[in-house]
Amino acid sequence: MSDTTTPEDQDTALTRLTRDPLSRRRFFVATGGATAVSALLVACGDDGDSTTMTSSDNTSTTAGMGMSNDAIAQFGKGDIGILNYALTLEYIEDAFYSDVIASGLFKGDQLALIKTFGRDEAAHVAALTQTVRKLGAKPAPKPKTKFPLDDAQSVLELAATVENLGAAAYLGQAPRIKSDEVLAAALSIHAVEGRHAAALNTLTDQSFVPDGAFAKPADAKTVLDSVQPFLVG
Amino acid sequence: MGQQHTQTATQPAAPGLEAVEFEPLSRGALIARGALGAAAVYGAVAAGPLVRRAFAQMGGGDVEILNFALTLEYLESAFYEGALDEVDLSGETREFAQTILDDENEHVAALAKTIKSLGGKAVAAPMAKFPYSDEAAFLELAQTLEDTGVSAYDGAAPAIRSKELLATAGSIVQVEARHAARVRLARNEPPAPNAFDPALSQRQVLKAVQPFVAA
Repeated sequence: MSDTTTPEDQDTALTRLTRDPLSRRRFFVATGGATAVSALLVACGDDGDSTTMTSSDNTSTTAGMGMSNDAIAQFGKGDIGILNYALTLEYIEDAFYSDVIASGLFKGDQLALIKTFGRDEAAHVAALTQTVRKLGAKPAPKPKTKFPLDDAQSVLELAATVENLGAAAYLGQAPRIKSDEVLAAALSIHAVEGRHAAALNTLTDQSFVPDGAFAKPADAKTVLDSVQPFLVG
Repeated sequence: MGQQHTQTATQPAAPGLEAVEFEPLSRGALIARGALGAAAVYGAVAAGPLVRRAFAQMGGGDVEILNFALTLEYLESAFYEGALDEVDLSGETREFAQTILDDENEHVAALAKTIKSLGGKAVAAPMAKFPYSDEAAFLELAQTLEDTGVSAYDGAAPAIRSKELLATAGSIVQVEARHAARVRLARNEPPAPNAFDPALSQRQVLKAVQPFVAA
């Protein structure tokens, strides 16, 4: 949490969720139909590799979605699986910032910024852990991690990569979430990851909107493959 | 039915706050407001289901939500276009303002096209007026608009029924969040002021943008 957080700010979707853990099943009505979707695909310049623009629920058998599900199945079923997948990513981000802060590579304004990002990730870890528990499931364990922390520039670039990936990961799962409350919480975190990514991109002279006007999602397999090099054992 | 009423009875481009508020207000929108009012009384926990039920009573709730988003995107587009025309911006600010304007215009085009493909009628662009005289004023307003945009999408998204539209709304809200962070960096403000981006109801969003909509 940053220093500007107020009690009102903390009454977020996630805190509401943890007070009201009864998740209502979300009914995805495949309305609007193909025309609307194709209009969006054209408008978004989508090249067809998206796994989120597919049909109605998580038993979908389209290739992209199936792969995404296989990768996420290890974390649990349905929303629990998605939450534990998100928790695992947040654990990695949290550990990354802790290591960066401890590395002594940063001072002043940049260190202050990194600390606020680290606090955000720690808050996400805590909230997701609590949410999984409230839903009656076991939170994913904290993975063991190791990051290449050689110099400030490469660390900032790695941070940007990790945050862009994290934002894409949430975006990839949002349409698969069943509970409105979990969805609201995920969107709330998703926007913060997007903010982190944009700030780090700016600091590393990359575009703050690298995908253009429409951010691209990433499926679970792509994301997990990308973080694999940082996992130990 | 409420949607049908809204679509057919919409006044020809009478921009103003009415245009922002789903002009003329559909029955469903009125019910949604009632629910939001009730939320103020009963608290946020009660708000979710009430609002969702209210939206469910609008024929084509997704079109209403998309038109709400379109109105915000129109405002943002007008905001950056005006600033690039009228305000003396430094090179760096001008550059990212142009990038953001291009994004907002793409959002406008995509939303309008989607509304049409769903059989709805896209709202007209509201007449907007922004009190920016210099770069500092521009940046301060930009931060407010972008932060509000993020919260507006995050607040509306869970009510979206179509999964495909939800994916697109998510794709747009992340870009709004990125805009917000970029503008904040330019002001030496924290790019992510909260660990959880707050969601705003449509009513709260309308209240926030009301000062910029010309009467």
